[in-house]
Amino acid sequence: MSTEQSQRPIRCLVAKVGLDGHDRGAHVIARAFRDAGFEVIYSGLHKAPEEVVQATVQEDVDVLGISILSGAHNTLVPKIIDGLKSYDAFDDTLILVGGIIPDKDKKALKEAGVDAVFGPGAAMEETISFVRDNVPARD
Amino acid sequence: MNATASLVDDLLAGKHRALARTITKIENRSPGYRELISQLHAHTGDAEVIGITGSPGAGKSTLVDQMAKVYRDQGDTVGVIAVDPSSPYTGGSVLGDRIRMASTVGDMDVFFRSMSARGSLGGLSTATADAVKALDAFGKDKIIIETVGAGQNEIDIVRTADTVAVLVPPASGDDIQMLKAGILEIGDVFVVNKADLDGADRTVQELKEMIHMRDSDDEWEPLVVETVAKTGEGIEEFLSVLEDHYEHLETSGLLDEKARTRYAEEIRALLRADMGTLIAGEIAEQGGIDSLVDEVVAREADPYTIADRIMEPIEDCTARRQS
Repeated sequence: MSTEQSQRPIRCLVAKVGLDGHDRGAHVIARAFRDAGFEVIYSGLHKAPEEVVQATVQEDVDVLGISILSGAHNTLVPKIIDGLKSYDAFDDTLILVGGIIPDKDKKALKEAGVDAVFGPGAAMEETISFVRDNVPARD
Repeated sequence: MNATASLVDDLLAGKHRALARTITKIENRSPGYRELISQLHAHTGDAEVIGITGSPGAGKSTLVDQMAKVYRDQGDTVGVIAVDPSSPYTGGSVLGDRIRMASTVGDMDVFFRSMSARGSLGGLSTATADAVKALDAFGKDKIIIETVGAGQNEIDIVRTADTVAVLVPPASGDDIQMLKAGILEIGDVFVVNKADLDGADRTVQELKEMIHMRDSDDEWEPLVVETVAKTGEGIEEFLSVLEDHYEHLETSGLLDEKARTRYAEEIRALLRADMGTLIAGEIAEQGGIDSLVDEVVAREADPYTIADRIMEPIEDCTARRQS
């Protein structure tokens, strides 16, 4: 056993932005991530984009998962991404969006910098292995 | 090497991302973290460090949120480290204290960082103390360490604070609970939070008796304050008690004494860890732990003999240096 061994669990922020008040999905994903051995930070409901940015920067998470059911993703998600860029935190954060996202919006979100969009039917294992495979390497 | 220097520069220049990344490196024991802390050390020593502990559900996070708010109103910057347990099975954790930091969201001058206990990883208190150094070097005036007071590990963590506040919920047990060893012995201040609930008066009374009976040559008599963190009631009084305690530490010289004790502990802890690494190397050199165990099982050697054999080359080296 080496004391110098550097090993870190994957750190995730599960965030709810905007007005939608349904966080069962966020709770389910938080728990599934925890059981997968991740360190999960939950933001709580009704967060403004700046608050999500603040939490992402301070907690230095590898993954930011945003759950949105309200339909406001086209305005809220780009604001978060811009915020992350202003703190140099965009490049090494994997950004996932989950919730109710119409197919026609997915392309624009990905162009804005979202790495993957998971809808209501997505299997939990699929999400977890996507995170494991795509989490940005850190020094 | 250069990456470390520029991370330190960015941190000292007030870049939040650099502070966050520094804490990550410290937490992970990433390569180069020691050099990082060495470079930060010269910039530390100005922050006031407060430890908050108590049982789950005592209201620690809500109280910390209120404290941060009042400190910010006074013009102080605040750093918070909240330690939560991790699953012994998967290593995973849900770090939920951030949710309650509602009064200061959007204010980057409150730097809140969640830390997982990461199972049985022994270095938690060292990592927390090092993270405090990063916040201190960054220039935070007040640093709050928040942790569940469940076991020895957590007590070690809050001991790295100048002032320790223990939260006790009302009606949290009979007077025998108050006699048990543990967190009740380490409090400089006791906070009966949720003081609007039934049984609060009795808890205050019991705590006062417990304090009165304890045998201590410390001039500081721990105080009991009542708060309702949810509404902010009693917070100002609580903070003024914290201030009194800090002043007491300063004027009595205890603050310097505490710092010296802490540095001594830190040096010892580092050396124990380093010695552990040396020993692990020597075990591997002598054929690995399994083959050593084989000898013991076969009654060819006993654990004491093995330990002597492993230590011999290390002892030789130190003996040679001393002669």
